[in-house]
Amino acid sequence: MAMNKIRGAFAVPRKGETFELRAGLVSQYAYERKESIQKTIMAMTLGKDVSALFPDVLKNIATADLEQKKLVYLYLMNYAKSHPDLCILAVNTFVQDSEDPNPLIRALAIRTMGCIRVEKMVDYMEEPLRKTLRDESPYVRKTAAICVAKLFDLNPALALENGFLEMLQEMIGDPNPMVVANSVTALSEIHHTAPETQALQITNNTLRKMLMALNECTEWGRVTILSTLADYKTADVKESEHICERVAPQFQHVNSSVVLAAVKAVFLHMKNVNPELAKNYLKKMAPPLVTLVSSAPEVQYVALRNIDLLLQKQPDILQKELRVFFCKYNDPPYVKFQKLEIMVRIANDRNVDQLLAELKEYALEVDMDFVRRAVRAIGQVAIKIESASERCVNTLLDLINTKVNYVVQEAIVVIKDIFRKYPGYEGIIPTLCQCIDELDEPNARAALIWIVGEYAEKISNAGDILGGFVDGFNEEFSSTQLQILTAVVKLFLKRPEKAQGLVQRVLQAATAENDNPDVRDRAYIYWRLLSNTSDSNATKNIVLSEKPPIVTTIHSLPPALLDQLLTELSTLSSVYHKPPEQFVGAGRFGADAVQRAAIEEQIQNARENPLAAAAAAAAVSGSSAPAQAQNNVENLLDIDFDGGAPASARNEPSSGMSGLEGLGGTPVRVESPAVGAPAPQSSNNLDDLLGVFGDSGPSQPSSSGGNGGGASVDLMNGFSGLDLSGNTPAAPSENNQTKKSNEDILSLF
Amino acid sequence: MLSGILIFNQKGENLIFRAFRSDCRPRLADIFRIQVISNPQVRSPILTLGSTTFSHVKHENIYLVAVTKSNANAALVFEFLYRLVMLGKSYFGKFDEEAVKNNFVLIYELLDGKPIPLYPNNPAKATSNNGFFHFPEILDFGYPQNTDPDTLKMYITTEGVKSAIANNPTDSSRITQQATGALSWRRSDIKYRKNEAFVDVIEDVNLLMSATGTVLRADVNGQIVMRAYLSGTPECKFGLNDRLLLDSGESSGPSSSRGGGNGLGTSKATRAAAGSVTLEDCQFHQCVKLGRFDADRIISFVPPDGEFELMRYRATENVNLPFKVHPIVREIGTTKVEYSVAIKANYSSKLFATNVVIRIPTPLNTAKTTERTSQGRAKYEPEQNNIVWKIARFSGQSEFVLNAEATLTSMTHQKAWSRPPLSLSFSLLMFTSSGLLVRYLKVFEKNNYSSVKWVRYMTRAGSYEIRF
Repeated sequence: MAMNKIRGAFAVPRKGETFELRAGLVSQYAYERKESIQKTIMAMTLGKDVSALFPDVLKNIATADLEQKKLVYLYLMNYAKSHPDLCILAVNTFVQDSEDPNPLIRALAIRTMGCIRVEKMVDYMEEPLRKTLRDESPYVRKTAAICVAKLFDLNPALALENGFLEMLQEMIGDPNPMVVANSVTALSEIHHTAPETQALQITNNTLRKMLMALNECTEWGRVTILSTLADYKTADVKESEHICERVAPQFQHVNSSVVLAAVKAVFLHMKNVNPELAKNYLKKMAPPLVTLVSSAPEVQYVALRNIDLLLQKQPDILQKELRVFFCKYNDPPYVKFQKLEIMVRIANDRNVDQLLAELKEYALEVDMDFVRRAVRAIGQVAIKIESASERCVNTLLDLINTKVNYVVQEAIVVIKDIFRKYPGYEGIIPTLCQCIDELDEPNARAALIWIVGEYAEKISNAGDILGGFVDGFNEEFSSTQLQILTAVVKLFLKRPEKAQGLVQRVLQAATAENDNPDVRDRAYIYWRLLSNTSDSNATKNIVLSEKPPIVTTIHSLPPALLDQLLTELSTLSSVYHKPPEQFVGAGRFGADAVQRAAIEEQIQNARENPLAAAAAAAAVSGSSAPAQAQNNVENLLDIDFDGGAPASARNEPSSGMSGLEGLGGTPVRVESPAVGAPAPQSSNNLDDLLGVFGDSGPSQPSSSGGNGGGASVDLMNGFSGLDLSGNTPAAPSENNQTKKSNEDILSLF
Repeated sequence: MLSGILIFNQKGENLIFRAFRSDCRPRLADIFRIQVISNPQVRSPILTLGSTTFSHVKHENIYLVAVTKSNANAALVFEFLYRLVMLGKSYFGKFDEEAVKNNFVLIYELLDGKPIPLYPNNPAKATSNNGFFHFPEILDFGYPQNTDPDTLKMYITTEGVKSAIANNPTDSSRITQQATGALSWRRSDIKYRKNEAFVDVIEDVNLLMSATGTVLRADVNGQIVMRAYLSGTPECKFGLNDRLLLDSGESSGPSSSRGGGNGLGTSKATRAAAGSVTLEDCQFHQCVKLGRFDADRIISFVPPDGEFELMRYRATENVNLPFKVHPIVREIGTTKVEYSVAIKANYSSKLFATNVVIRIPTPLNTAKTTERTSQGRAKYEPEQNNIVWKIARFSGQSEFVLNAEATLTSMTHQKAWSRPPLSLSFSLLMFTSSGLLVRYLKVFEKNNYSSVKWVRYMTRAGSYEIRF
């Protein structure tokens, strides 16, 4: 009785849809069975669970009717995971079908087998796969080629043992272009997931075959082949020339991914051919690149990010095309931001007037973020093109006169940089000081205070202005506090009679009432410097030291990273401007890879950077041990108040302090790798510290981004960029990197 | 490559979830909904979380999302998504939420190249023997395979005749040949009683004019769409008044016969009169022999059957702007804006443009507008903040004026009006902004039949914006 009851509970219900379907599936009439299968599939695609019918559906697999077979296969693929054991029952049919006279059925069988991801199935795949790889029909072969990749994904050992990889390699020589393309696709996937297999080795012969297939296969196949060609290291100049020649016609393809893949292949092989020819290719690739800018916004975005990379390597390819990059009113923000960056990059003294007019137009729009970037772009142009600086400053003054709060703030930040490059514009300081009450953002306030401190001797009421800030000292953000502190000290050194009381008050406020260790420390340092009576000039030499000039404020990638990214054109990595290991690495963030990359980058930076080298030389001439110590100190200091790192000069990373290196080498550094200003007279640690913190501080190495000014200002600029951009694509690197750096720091403590 | 394709509606409901690899888990749908659809801050089409990347495009009221796990080819992913949109449009007319919901079986099948029920909404009909067809897969293991609607459509007919073919080994081997062959876009056994080819030259003219009336940017994006109804395997040669081609013809010696066949003399004067166009860049359908074009700028191809886009081009020199717009906009105090917009047709008086629509932006706090026009109708559309002025037929050389006044409500927080540009849309037949002309289309076929060719020109507004 009890047994029956239990059995009853598990038994299939005797009515309802499932019951009817089941009855149909086992019907003695073929047409009824087929009808039921179709109904079952309908139910399945509608999301109903019809897995209970698995055995009954499976019974219908052996049929001559192609449609019915396809339906059963479809069902199998869907439910194989939940019934792995029953799947084995279908194996026989699969094997039979893979020998069917109809190529469609053979291809279908092998594709379906590959899609049934059941471990047991794998053992039976070997024979059919081997046969279909040598099938007479190219359609079956191309399907089987992909199937090898599927098998490798499921069971690499088996794929290797059976020599499927070798078979694929042979298939690159297939007469059919689609088969070639799919074989290359499968091989390159295997090669990427398991580099040790050396799956994709290009020889002279395969190269020829691929170039031949290139003109005949589908657009997607072309992308695969072109990407593979781009990765290929040519043996001699002739080969490079040959590849360029064969690939260049693909610039005219309608599919933008083919165009980008072709650009990538030619760009990478171009460096080997003679310069005259290379120039020719550069000229040829410009129009297709411009055409990409009129495609769909998402494609445009990818193209623009890639163009940005290409321009960093070859700044003059699109010189005449400025107008193409003018923003349309309806462009999505991510496209607009990118266009701005590119416009600044291709600006020169011939098109600068046009550009300034356009930027001014943008600065009057409503999207706050876009407006800020437009204003920033004006500043970048001013610093890039000396002859245009005056026009840029006038434009900025016009913008300041609009009195739109955020425009004014951004303009002041930008003008501070311009002051650092061109000292001749002190005349506009009074105009700036008029807006002092409207500034509410820390970086804009800090910028203005920096200007006041720097030109204290020329501003008659500098004392009053700074006095106002000192009164509210404790309500300011710490970055502004640092600037107030420095500006007051500068004022005191320049006009001691005016600021005697002020300097007392600010030092008092900073040391006694402030919680932030950085502010406090800096105040103490100044205090001690000021109370040093033995050499009254020492303080002046340090605080008012000559600042190294700004070369550029346009963000550029370090050359090593740039070269790496150029090999990744049109991939995600080229969109993010980050090496792939930073976002596809194993683990949560691939932290190890990130750290490694960051350290390498930093070494590179140090090498590229003459100032750092000078600092290194100075350190060496002193003594090597203190230099090490100094590094350590600086690295500690890099853990700044809000997670960002004001960078410091690093001479030679030594293996002994890997943890700290991670800190010093957090990617934030890439954004603002400022260098501690080498104080000319001495090389003691204190000076360097001041160099780090003092507003006279960081110089701008040519390879670095960020805005000039004091280290803290610099930092805050970086941050404001973050706050504003939030999740925006234009600043993807900053955003993620900070997150990571925070994480790194946390993990350390 | 692609790990999965997902389709969402605007509310974030997952309509289609198709995984190609095991690493595309169902919960990714939730992640996308939370991180992108319900997050107003997102402004990027690409989002990487952990090692998963979501790339999305928005079409009508649906999101199409591609999930990738590796450092995928971003350009390819977006191209593919747009191709999917194109396929959807060619199958369902309109590719929106409703179409997806009504056809989602078909969409799943489209992605896989499995049997397609012809009547997804009507299972009863589908049970007839002709209910399902097979065509090549779009994607296999996440790799795009074949997305040409021409090729795909060959296997789907509403008649259901092909089904029988698919069951016949010899015929289906022909299908597979086609999907993989060198001429994957064309069957070999096409026959027409009357051999015809229609060529449509369609240009989108883009303009950006500054408030002072200087042209900041003017260019043309053109496409040449061809409908070929030609028998056999015809080899076509196509000639345009492309300056580079004409010049190269010139340089090869004045005595060499020019392949135009358009009756024009070879003297420079005639050619100058006919005008030649500098094409900045051309892109071709996959049937065009790119190597040939690269070497001697000859466009030669074997066309697919039926309609296809032969080429796209871009021209930036000597762009003829069909309309000149002269807007005067005055803000009077904070409560009123006065408009006076004059528009003049710059083309021959024999031609006329249709569906001319001028959108004149108004401030956000517009309460009421009054309009007077010398032609057409003007209406205020509050939801768009536009005055829309429509002129159904605009003949050449004529000029019309709109005078309007917008009354503004006073606002507590006075914010400057950003003055978005005025925009125009229109279509104009038998006119090309770039001056492009089709010089010849020659068809060579071994049967040597004669064919009839038709050419049409049309210019439309791309983004035709005038600042004021």
